[in-house]
Amino acid sequence: MFRFLLTRVSLVIPTFIGITLLVFVLVRLIPGDPIETMAGERGIDPAEHARLVHEYGFDKPVIVQYGLYLARLIHGDLGRSIVTHKTVIEEFTSLFPATVELSLCALAFALLIGIPVGIIAAVRRNSIFDQGIMGLSLTGYSMPIFWWGLLLILLFSVQLGWTPVSGRIAVLYFVEAKTGFLLIDTLLAGDIDAFWSAVSHLILPAIVLGTVPLAVIARMTRSAMLEVLGEDYIRTARAKGLSGFRVVTVHAFRNALIPVVTVIGLQIGVLFTGAILTETIFSWPGVGKWLIDGIARRDYPVLQGGTLLIGSIIMAINLAVDMTYGLINPRIRHQR
Amino acid sequence: MTIEATHASPTTKAPPGPPHPFAEFVSYFAANRGAMIGFGTIVVLVLLGIFANVIAPFSPIDTNTQAFLKPPVWQAGGVAGHWLGTDAIGRDMLSRLIYGARLSLLIGLAVVALSVTVGTVLGLIAGFFRGIIEIAIMRLMDILLTLPTLLLAIIIVAILGPGIVNALIAVATVLLPHYVRIVRATVIAETAKDYVTAARLSGASNLRLIVKEILPNCAAPLIVQATLGISTAILDAAALGFIGLGAQPPTPEWGTMLADAREFVLRAWWVVTFPGIMILVTVLAFNLLGDGLRDALDPKLKR
Repeated sequence: MFRFLLTRVSLVIPTFIGITLLVFVLVRLIPGDPIETMAGERGIDPAEHARLVHEYGFDKPVIVQYGLYLARLIHGDLGRSIVTHKTVIEEFTSLFPATVELSLCALAFALLIGIPVGIIAAVRRNSIFDQGIMGLSLTGYSMPIFWWGLLLILLFSVQLGWTPVSGRIAVLYFVEAKTGFLLIDTLLAGDIDAFWSAVSHLILPAIVLGTVPLAVIARMTRSAMLEVLGEDYIRTARAKGLSGFRVVTVHAFRNALIPVVTVIGLQIGVLFTGAILTETIFSWPGVGKWLIDGIARRDYPVLQGGTLLIGSIIMAINLAVDMTYGLINPRIRHQR
Repeated sequence: MTIEATHASPTTKAPPGPPHPFAEFVSYFAANRGAMIGFGTIVVLVLLGIFANVIAPFSPIDTNTQAFLKPPVWQAGGVAGHWLGTDAIGRDMLSRLIYGARLSLLIGLAVVALSVTVGTVLGLIAGFFRGIIEIAIMRLMDILLTLPTLLLAIIIVAILGPGIVNALIAVATVLLPHYVRIVRATVIAETAKDYVTAARLSGASNLRLIVKEILPNCAAPLIVQATLGISTAILDAAALGFIGLGAQPPTPEWGTMLADAREFVLRAWWVVTFPGIMILVTVLAFNLLGDGLRDALDPKLKR
């Protein structure tokens, strides 16, 4: 077991160093002098320019610059935003909970609908229900979510007036940030109205972001269930006289869960990609919108640091998913 | 006597041999309703794209100063001739959508062509020569896979500058790892087989081994992945256009059209609805086709 964990972790380290190198090189390639960008429209006098170039180390060889960058990285220094002058870490940690809250709700939406629907489709294979669900899920999978978001806003916010168009909570509520998750913070503060305001702001973005994962999870659950339902032990369970419901939920679904969990792990990257678009459409103050704004403002430290942080988080989640398998399934643990 | 008779006429009826692989493929594919719908839709879209200048009633970039933001003809206020209405500066929606089909299909094809070519070469090199080259290539692909696709594409476009060609390069880079992985896996599996060893022993050069013996085995999975790749490419390119980093106005690209339409969400449903429907239908068609191809080409799933 220890050996398994060690090999998995050792595989991650070169990838992480690779990401730092890639991010470093990519951001260096972005055209434009970073000092001039920092100075903005007003320009900068040559002496001050030279001093800043020296201060930021831009006059040193690229290899040395990368070394300095890594050294700062190890100390947790990802630089400061050119626009707000706050540290990248500070900005990221203040916005990240919003993205996590949105992503978790989207994932919950996808799981709560996707898994039951996938199971029923598999049990009633080739029925109208099955075909309809599979058609719908392929449509969901093909959905341009930035358009889907606009459509839902058009219908629920504009036509019906049920939900707000943008933001996380109505401006009239002030909730002390304890966890950063508004759904929890409002409840901790005991402010029910604020809680419902947060929920109404969250519903549409969560549905939009959850659409593609929902489609993937429904399809995956169905095919995993179909595979398991054909196994001998299912026939045995039925022959023992167990109820159909018990066979499906206890005997079949538990074994179909492994590929489904894999897919859920893989959806993390998809969720981040979707979060960039969803947050842009709904003006959701999370890291996705922050990065898009960073591009528009040419805020390179934000881009560099943000990409690195998101890459690292995804890597950590993938590693955790990998290790969970090792714990659940000895065959994976012992294979080389 | 009867035996004599059958012997006498061997030409009348030979026992049916196994069907030609292509005929078998066609029969499987044709039996898949979804795949046929996808295929039909793509044929229509391709025809629309090829004959856009004949079919479209107007130029996609000409503005009609008499008709700003007019609804489709069937709605009150619609202008005859502008079947699906006009956008905020009086351009014909239908014409822009038709030209958009040409653009999106070209983007999809170009992205996948670029990605498959580079991916096949890298995958062949990694799988055939192994060692340090393989490690370097596959690590790089792992890194590309770790970062969220759109974020990576956005950074690449930020470096190269917004525009349709740069968006295309960015999306092709993002798709690359899938092709490299498929080709490498197939190459490693095939290289170990006896027929490759036999060819090697009979003096075939590395190049001949790769091109004549190993590469054909990659064809089926590559075709499937390429078809699905076209749908991803169209979707991602539209997303980049929507963020403002892809095709630039006045190019009639569907994602860019949606970005322009955002501010009119409240007043003009048609400028928001139609480009999205086109993206959805196109992407769905390629996904249906890709799924159908996989079912027809993958012997493990047959029967």
